[in-house]
Amino acid sequence: MNMMAETTLEPKQAQAMNEPVYKMIGNKVSVFYGTKQALFEVSLPVREKTVTALIGPSGCGKSTFLRSLNRMNDTIDNCRVTGQITLDGQDIYDPSIDVVELRARVGMVFQKPNPFPKSIYENVAYGPKIHGLARNKADLDQIVETSLIKAGLWNEVKDRLHEAGTGLSGGQQQRLCIARAVAVSPEVILMDEPCSALDPIATAKVEELIHELRSNFTIVIVTHSMQQAARVSQRTAMFHLGNLVEENDTDKIFTNPDESRTQDYIMGRFG
Amino acid sequence: MKTPLILLILALMAIGAYVAGRARSHALSRTSKVKTHSRPAYHSAYVALAGLLPAVLVLIVWSIASPIYIDRTVRATLPSDLRIDQASEALNYGTVSIVARGVEQLTEAEIAAAQAGTVKWPELLVSKAVPVAADVRPEIIQAALKRTAMDAASHKAMAAVCIVVAALGAFLGYRRLAPSFRARNHIEKLMLVTLALCSTIAILTTVGIVVSMLSEATRFFAMVPMHEFFFGTVWDPRFAAAGAGGEGGQFGLIPLLAGTLYIAFFAMLCAVPVGLLSAIYMAEYASPRVRNLAKPALELLAGIPTIVYGFFALVTVGPFLRDISAELNGLVTGNYTNFIQAQSVLTAGIVMGIMLIPFVSSLSDDIITQVPRALRDGSLGLGATRSETIKRVILPAALPGIVSALLLTASRAVGETMIVVLAAGVAARLSPNPFEPMTTVTVKIVNQLTGDLEFTSPQTLVAFALGITLFAITLALNIYALYIVRKYREQYE
Amino acid sequence: MSDAVTLTGMPAQARRDIGIKRRYAAERRFRAYGIIAMAVGLFFLAALIFSVVSKGYTAFVQTTITLPIEFTEKDVDPDNKRGENPAVLAQGDFAKLIKQGLAKRLGFDPSDRKSAKLATAMISDSARTDLRDMLVADPSLVGKTVNVSLLAEGNIDSANKGQIDLSVPEARRKVKDKQLEWMKTLRDAGDLTKAFNTGLFTNGASSRPEAAGLGVAAMGSLFMMVTVFVLSLPIGVAASIYLEEFAPKNRLTDLIEVNINNLAAVPSIVYGLLGLSIFINFAGMPRSAALVGGLVLTLMTLPTIIIATRASLKAVPPSIRSAALGLGASKMQTIFHHVLPLAMPGILTGTIIGLAHALGETAPLLLIGMVAFVADFPATPLEPSTALPVQIYMWANEAERAFTERTSGAIIVLLTFLILMNLGAILLRRRFERRW
Repeated sequence: MNMMAETTLEPKQAQAMNEPVYKMIGNKVSVFYGTKQALFEVSLPVREKTVTALIGPSGCGKSTFLRSLNRMNDTIDNCRVTGQITLDGQDIYDPSIDVVELRARVGMVFQKPNPFPKSIYENVAYGPKIHGLARNKADLDQIVETSLIKAGLWNEVKDRLHEAGTGLSGGQQQRLCIARAVAVSPEVILMDEPCSALDPIATAKVEELIHELRSNFTIVIVTHSMQQAARVSQRTAMFHLGNLVEENDTDKIFTNPDESRTQDYIMGRFG
Repeated sequence: MKTPLILLILALMAIGAYVAGRARSHALSRTSKVKTHSRPAYHSAYVALAGLLPAVLVLIVWSIASPIYIDRTVRATLPSDLRIDQASEALNYGTVSIVARGVEQLTEAEIAAAQAGTVKWPELLVSKAVPVAADVRPEIIQAALKRTAMDAASHKAMAAVCIVVAALGAFLGYRRLAPSFRARNHIEKLMLVTLALCSTIAILTTVGIVVSMLSEATRFFAMVPMHEFFFGTVWDPRFAAAGAGGEGGQFGLIPLLAGTLYIAFFAMLCAVPVGLLSAIYMAEYASPRVRNLAKPALELLAGIPTIVYGFFALVTVGPFLRDISAELNGLVTGNYTNFIQAQSVLTAGIVMGIMLIPFVSSLSDDIITQVPRALRDGSLGLGATRSETIKRVILPAALPGIVSALLLTASRAVGETMIVVLAAGVAARLSPNPFEPMTTVTVKIVNQLTGDLEFTSPQTLVAFALGITLFAITLALNIYALYIVRKYREQYE
Repeated sequence: MSDAVTLTGMPAQARRDIGIKRRYAAERRFRAYGIIAMAVGLFFLAALIFSVVSKGYTAFVQTTITLPIEFTEKDVDPDNKRGENPAVLAQGDFAKLIKQGLAKRLGFDPSDRKSAKLATAMISDSARTDLRDMLVADPSLVGKTVNVSLLAEGNIDSANKGQIDLSVPEARRKVKDKQLEWMKTLRDAGDLTKAFNTGLFTNGASSRPEAAGLGVAAMGSLFMMVTVFVLSLPIGVAASIYLEEFAPKNRLTDLIEVNINNLAAVPSIVYGLLGLSIFINFAGMPRSAALVGGLVLTLMTLPTIIIATRASLKAVPPSIRSAALGLGASKMQTIFHHVLPLAMPGILTGTIIGLAHALGETAPLLLIGMVAFVADFPATPLEPSTALPVQIYMWANEAERAFTERTSGAIIVLLTFLILMNLGAILLRRRFERRW
């Protein structure tokens, strides 16, 4: 394992780039499943209101890193995280931080659309309800509508809000899940290969949506497709075998990466 | 010739046929230019079965048909004054059967002596430990002799026919052997038929249950009107004195059904919250170590026979409730008499509830773990707490499965026997007080059918009417539960 | 070094109130309910085991009293005929022998009827038959004095085990002061001892608790288990193979499937009614016979075995089937040579669990007449016998204190068998479990 290849954050370098604002920062994050180490001291900053794409061959740890950003790894038995991840400067693994509060601020969209077996309305209203974000029914209706509009789904479903969410097409289901995440008004949205189960047309719609969401949310997206990373993201991080190979502007990564491994991957030599 | 002996001969013949078939098959494969289709084992098995199967079939049919024919013929020889009505005919024919069993033990010389009159028939029979009245009618003796003779003749004929059929079948099978003969396909077809026959046992059992219970219950309803059974509120069957015909007995189902449902209700009240919550805890919260310890422990609870629970209720829970109620009563009113009886609806309900806890929890555990992980993650990813995820996402998604688990549990509770036999009491009463004994359908089935039985009295037959009622209730619960489970499985597959 | 970057971070967004405190309280409450529920379940298990074991462990030892018994000729063979017919020895007055033995040992006058009555009450009635059997087996004992260990009567046994409250006034106590005094004498001399209770395992039914044993019931249960195993395994496996591998998917097989699942949930007592009506009434099989019990339990166990077998057949991956079929094996050969051996551990596990269930089943056996007082061992499955759980049921209905102990002891024996069977099933599963 080449530990030397990982990038560490150089503050001076960071400040030189148009004063970027970092929403989340991972510092030497390692993840273990039992005795097996899946992630090796990854340090990666996530810029605010930017789409950061995590790419790399399968099994490279990109999903593991993503899931540690809102502590979804906690739900896996015998999973252990070391290192530090901060959200607005606060360590999210600090005992004083509450995981529920964290996840309300860092939402997540999963690989396979997973709407609850409830109505479309109930799916979107679920988050606001459990967090008590709406004062009354009208408020809740408003949140549901705005979220569905933001997710670009409103026009398609406004007449059948009380039908089952599971009855929608795959692409619609995934946008419903995005609407569900948006409804909680998180600050960061994590997306774990959100288009891998979708057809090209639905994929295009979701990508378009990600573009729009960027103005309000910080987005981290794991993707298998380099074209998608190139299309939707501003920053790209390349993972390989549990290590972060490099992280840079998307344009730079795809045209002139610093690392030969990134180059090889992008040229399709492995992966 | 006795049936086992015939079977032995047939088996020996089959082995012979197998050996012959094997030799022939080997010879064929040596001499033939083309490759033989089937291996020698199939050829020889074919020859053996070609002889054995038809012979066994003949044996079975003959063994069923010949007693019926003999019975009919012998009955016809009885004089008409011994056959006044069905009951007297049955009684006298019963004597014939007993005598015939005695005659089988006699030597030919003894029979000849008795026929000649040198020895008296009854004395001879009694000396062979056959209970016969001294004044037994000679017609009965002669009928018994005829029956014995016919039996012997029938057995001889059966043996001859079986052996001939076996030989013929094996010979024909042997003749068919050829290199191109597809013995394997024939054998496999036979195996398939056997497998299919085995799978119909399930249907046969159900049919057996329904037919046997319906036929006995019909006899009961011929004596007691259906509405008196189903809507009667008094259960007082009296005793089944032989030949009394059960006049005056009252067979009201309502008090039994009420007791059954009342006890089942208490059992569910006890088992469902505990079972469901422990299933949730084990599926969603418990660390693997706790799960690995607690799950087998709860399964152990499920493996304990119900008689043990019954005994637990009888000697521990019942007296405990009785004593504690006396203490409570004493503390409140100063009067130390117990208001809970040792045998009561409450005792039976609680203990049955304990029995059902592992049942509920293992069924619910299966159902909860079947809910896809994606739904759990989806909810947790939105910042829901675990309990919110469980209450708002997992339980609603698992609801159909849980409902069906509860129906199956209810069906268990309704059909449970040993606990209520020991803990609920035998008094058939309609009372809203759970501290007093009540009885159930299953208790009464046991009560009516233990001891000496007479299959003509309503006191005995009522058990089958109760049985069919019980079967109908549990069938409805089971089928509906299975239907929901199927629907539920389809949803996540 | 991350400090430098944090400086550039935005001030934390104004915190929304998402009711964390309240929600976590709810979370803790819910979790507590779960723990309480588990604890309740485990508590009941513990209470049950404790109740049975604490009442029953003493059943495995039994009090015996050693007495010098003199087989006086005038009591066992007054006419001196044993030379021509040894059977006359069985007619002897053995109660008198015991009384004389007691008198000699405890030093009271045999003609003192009150003492004699109290003393003989300390020895089980079954001791007489024991002495008889001893003498018939060895007629040379006549005229000799032998030290014989005799079963103590049930109440004496209880008193010796400390189960009788001695603070109760003598009149309301089953063991009198005089007897206690004698017990002390005997105990001090080493003539009143507790020994392992072999009778519990070898004796048949008896109305005297101290002489009652599980032998006949265990034999009946063994016959039934053999019947169930021999019938239900082949039939169950055959049926499952057909349903899983060959049956076309149509209404009929669907019906069979629903049927099997339903039969698995039919109350066991219904099977008892079925057995009574079909096997005993219609087919004329003998009542109380282990064979009939075995048949009834077979019908009851079959659905369980079929369901388990089908699950293990389903777990064998299709690639195995394709591989065998691809080599030109027929479907039947594929199944019997490859699929079935691989599924066998699962099938056996299911069978053992089914058998364990059948072993503990009581209700159907009550209806086919196995509630019987059987003192002699059955030689064949067609002879009257009883079964372990039925014996427990019968003893549970006895009023005497000593029978409660026996019942608990019998339950311990039954549970031991069940736990061994379940452990066997678990080990089998662990040993052969395969993950495809």
